[in-house]
Amino acid sequence: MRPDLQIIAALVNPGARVLDLGCGSGELLKWLAAEKGVNGYGIEKDPVQISACVRAGVNVIEHDLDDGLGRFPDSSFDMVVMTETLQAVSSPDALIEEMLRIGEQCVVTFPNFGHWRCRLQLAALGRMPVANHLPHQWYDTPNIHLCTFSDFERLVAAKGMPIIERHVVDGDYRVHGRMNPLRNLFGTIAFYRLGRAIAT
Amino acid sequence: MRGASPSRSPAEGSVGLVEPRIAGFEEPFELQCQETLPRFDLVYETYGELDENRANAVLVCHALSGDHHAAGYHAAEDAKPGWWDTCIGPGKPIDTGKFFVVALNNLGGCNGSTGPRSVDPATGEPYGERFPTVTVKDWVKSQAMLADVLGISRFAAVVGGSLGGMQALQWAIDYPDRIAHAIVIAAAAKLSAQNIAFNEIARQAIQADPEFHDGRYFQADAIPRKGLMLARMVGHVTYLSDDSMGDRFGRELKSGDIGSAQDVQFQVESYLHYQGTSFSERFDANTYLLMTRALDYFDPALEFDGDLVRALAGTQAKFLVLSFLSDWRFSPARSDEIVDALIEARKDVVSAKIDAPHGHDSFLLPNERYFDVLGGYLDAVAGLG
Repeated sequence: MRPDLQIIAALVNPGARVLDLGCGSGELLKWLAAEKGVNGYGIEKDPVQISACVRAGVNVIEHDLDDGLGRFPDSSFDMVVMTETLQAVSSPDALIEEMLRIGEQCVVTFPNFGHWRCRLQLAALGRMPVANHLPHQWYDTPNIHLCTFSDFERLVAAKGMPIIERHVVDGDYRVHGRMNPLRNLFGTIAFYRLGRAIAT
Repeated sequence: MRGASPSRSPAEGSVGLVEPRIAGFEEPFELQCQETLPRFDLVYETYGELDENRANAVLVCHALSGDHHAAGYHAAEDAKPGWWDTCIGPGKPIDTGKFFVVALNNLGGCNGSTGPRSVDPATGEPYGERFPTVTVKDWVKSQAMLADVLGISRFAAVVGGSLGGMQALQWAIDYPDRIAHAIVIAAAAKLSAQNIAFNEIARQAIQADPEFHDGRYFQADAIPRKGLMLARMVGHVTYLSDDSMGDRFGRELKSGDIGSAQDVQFQVESYLHYQGTSFSERFDANTYLLMTRALDYFDPALEFDGDLVRALAGTQAKFLVLSFLSDWRFSPARSDEIVDALIEARKDVVSAKIDAPHGHDSFLLPNERYFDVLGGYLDAVAGLG
């Protein structure tokens, strides 16, 4: 399994209820169901990925995240997971709030637009960045809300959501365990585990 | 066990020639309405072979006007195969190379199973309008009795579209240990006011026909053709989408000239007349009333204070819930209600929304993605045994 999914898998308690937003081929959910007896559901809109889930026996629900998550009741899941999808939805800030309404905790991963390669391309070449972790051209990218790690942390701080855990992986999904102060420059994909906003 | 297996080598993808059979049940059968049928017959067909463990049986439940003839041909010269032949056969989504498929005509039907056309042993006359109200729950109970006769203790899957999908849902609730997978296509957990309204228009059309004779048309040697035709026309319009009717008929004329406003008949009118007329030749009016009422009354959550989550709490089956984007009779939102209740009840469920243009009728028509999901799901069912 992909190392970022391994990090997530390790966090999930046996028998937990997990909602995976943009579950792809269902790799994480299949592993969680088999190894941890997790009651998991994936949300996906891509017919090819849905077919893969169906054939793998993964609970997949065809649903477009841009239609919101209003169909899921409050606190109906222990954990809501979204891997590398945040940057492609129409309202990432509203979606994170929704994830923490539905789930006690959420896990979000996304590519870092502040990686040095991105910065260099924009600064030196004056062109929109293209990198291994961000392979699309500006005109065909599904990533309409790219952000840097710093941007994201400002958002969750403004919302009062505690960061329970944070990891940064490099382009090969190798985990850089220590919180490198230069993560916003060198990290390609970040992993954040968030809790619910503490009422003030 | 051998089913009504093909007596000639089947054409590719076809189950070939099939023969209906009749199972007779001689014990009194108590219905949900608390009336009792002294005995009843169910006519059914089977396709494929039941495996050694009797674990590969798939029950196909029909919708409003369907019957036991779901696939193959009764005679080599038949113009049309069974109603779901696109989907059932060797190599098709419901693959008869893997599954033993059972299709029946529901109780109250008019194609061989005991229904309004059958003779009431108490009077020696056809039941007609006195045939008791049957419900989806009654159907499921009678289907379980047919399964007993066939030696099937547990279905690998129960599959149905529309009213058939409701039967699959009821199966999962009523017989949790006798169904491994429920495949619910273009259905709803209960009808909306709009759905009931369309059914009532259809019923009124039949009942207002002078040839209906308060349901005693057999005795009057009449058939309420006009009423049946109207009922079918209304129903048929709700099964199609605006786009599919537009693509197929547009404003094409069958005859006449709009310019001179004379003797105009649009193609769509001609089509509906044809559909209505052929339906009125083959279908029984009392059965139509009975089937539409079974649809209207369907509400498995009712006995759980209207809580569908609680109704589903005891189910053990895994679910596949499919809907079609152009279906406005049972829209994807209605399927989502089932899916959301299943998730809340912590049941295994897969759901897909198929982009097919043909409205509610899409569930009967071939579509690449529809068949990919349905076939892929059933492949997994076969693989997992």
